[in-house]
Amino acid sequence: MSIFAGQSKLMIFLDFEKPIQELYQELEKLQEIQEKGKSDVSASIAALEKQILEEKTKLYTGLTGWQKVQVSRHMERPYTLYYVNQMCSDFMELYGDRNIRDDKAIVGGFASLEGRTVMFIGHQKGINTKMRQYRNFGMANPEGYRKALRLMKMAEKFNKPIVTFIDTPGAYPGIEGEERGQAEAIARNIRDMFMLKVPVICIIVGEGASGGAIGIGVGDRVFMLANTWYSVISPESCSSILWRSWDYKETAAEALKLTADHMLANGLIDGIIEEPIGGAHAEPEAMAAILKAKLISTLDELEKQTPDARITSRIDKFCRMGVINE
Amino acid sequence: MAWFKRSTAGVTTTTEEKKEVPDGLWFKCPSCKKSQMTKDLKLNKYVCVHCNYHARIGSVEYFELLFDENQFTELDADMTAADPLKFTDTKPYDARLKATIAKTGLKDAIRTAYGNVEGEEVVVACMDFDFIGGSMGSVVGEKIARAIDTARARKSPMLIISKSGGARMMEAAYSLMQMAKTSAKLALLAEEKVPYVSLMTDPTTGGVTASFAMLGDFNIAEPNALIGFAGPRVIKETIKKDLPKGFQSAEMVLESGFLDFIVDRRELKAKLAQLFRLLKN
Ligand SMILES: [Zn+2]
Repeated sequence: MSIFAGQSKLMIFLDFEKPIQELYQELEKLQEIQEKGKSDVSASIAALEKQILEEKTKLYTGLTGWQKVQVSRHMERPYTLYYVNQMCSDFMELYGDRNIRDDKAIVGGFASLEGRTVMFIGHQKGINTKMRQYRNFGMANPEGYRKALRLMKMAEKFNKPIVTFIDTPGAYPGIEGEERGQAEAIARNIRDMFMLKVPVICIIVGEGASGGAIGIGVGDRVFMLANTWYSVISPESCSSILWRSWDYKETAAEALKLTADHMLANGLIDGIIEEPIGGAHAEPEAMAAILKAKLISTLDELEKQTPDARITSRIDKFCRMGVINE
Repeated sequence: MAWFKRSTAGVTTTTEEKKEVPDGLWFKCPSCKKSQMTKDLKLNKYVCVHCNYHARIGSVEYFELLFDENQFTELDADMTAADPLKFTDTKPYDARLKATIAKTGLKDAIRTAYGNVEGEEVVVACMDFDFIGGSMGSVVGEKIARAIDTARARKSPMLIISKSGGARMMEAAYSLMQMAKTSAKLALLAEEKVPYVSLMTDPTTGGVTASFAMLGDFNIAEPNALIGFAGPRVIKETIKKDLPKGFQSAEMVLESGFLDFIVDRRELKAKLAQLFRLLKN
């Protein structure tokens, strides 16, 4: 069975992936011929598969900022629950902020990562139209941030490390969220995450938009998957505010320097986690395996430090961020 | 926006300049539309003598309102913004900074200082909306961080007066990380049990609200100030409905439980002194 057995009709291609899409369509025609058994085209199939892989590699090594934003939002990209279930056993989801309700846009719970109990918390987007609504497109209300903090403090109490997965187009801008203190919830999370005595790892697995992202984004290590973005505003909103038009999103994506490469070069994250060729959505299992290995090695490293040393270096790291003249 | 009129030699002209602090001979209140002598407005602590509207003022005015005899030691007065991303939108950020510095006489969107308030030392950080909408970039974050360090070292209460549209987009993720930096320093201040008062003035939104502004031991606000995370326009576009009357006003935010009290600017100094006295004795 070919590794490209996925039917091109079922695959979702981004606009810049058009050349690959055409190759996949060609490949399918060849596969049909082969299956009918009248002529042997296996050599052509092998050649085409090789070509697809080369094209994909080429395409994905030179993605622009805007293209990475598109990949980060790919509808088939894995989300928090996928990663946790794929990497761990014994996942036990825990709900609710103990105040208002359970926010479906942020999930969390304990799970066993190769025998080590970890508190996982992350934004959760829906996997189909109905679920996207249910998850509010990964846009949390204050109760989502308060649930996250409740679970973090519980992890601290039982001395378990914390891993957060960030993937949000932003905290939800609605009436009720404002009335229930969206800003206060995010602010409190940011402050209190600095003082957590257990190791904290934060990973941008998709979109890292502004306060909604950093609201669960203060960690000893902050990593970005290679095709994600992290900034103070989305390129579209930036375009609309600074250029007063929606047409400058590509320009804004470049100007904001929101990719993992830029963020690492500017000292605003601690590392980049490579994605499989074609993005995390192309090979989610491989992505989960890469992520798992990185989490285990990083936790091993962080657990060697004392809680006080971790807190001090966590604070120092964020306090060094910024460029000024004086 | 031209909500006040500048008058020279009896001729009232509307200015398109985005100068927020009243500096003409006459001030026309944007709320009740009535005019008054600017000196009368100033004597009334920049509160409209007719309707109690709190005019937008900056660090110069707040320092004068708060510090005894207007005596204070300014911190990091020469710190200015860099342009680490070489950001250009319709205009290069660097040029925008130079023009704003020239126009406002300010170095960035915040000034920090310590001095006495009714005889007791307080460290004050005060934002200036005139400077690119009071947006928070690296300078705002760093000056707040250092002011908090000063408060920790001197064991003096900290006051931050917020007035901001949110993040400085031209500093992108650097701007975002200032939320973390300022909050980290406040966590350290809290450990030392040094009091922190956050005064929210019109407007306080975005990343400023979602970091230091909402983290006060005491969160207080001026009457009618707009306080929120998302701006009203964004919310309206998202929910496709009109917003309730008074939504995101200080009065509403107090009713929602996020403010300790609302303070009239004319009583601000006395109230702060009273609060610090209660904590001290
Ligand atoms: Zn008035």
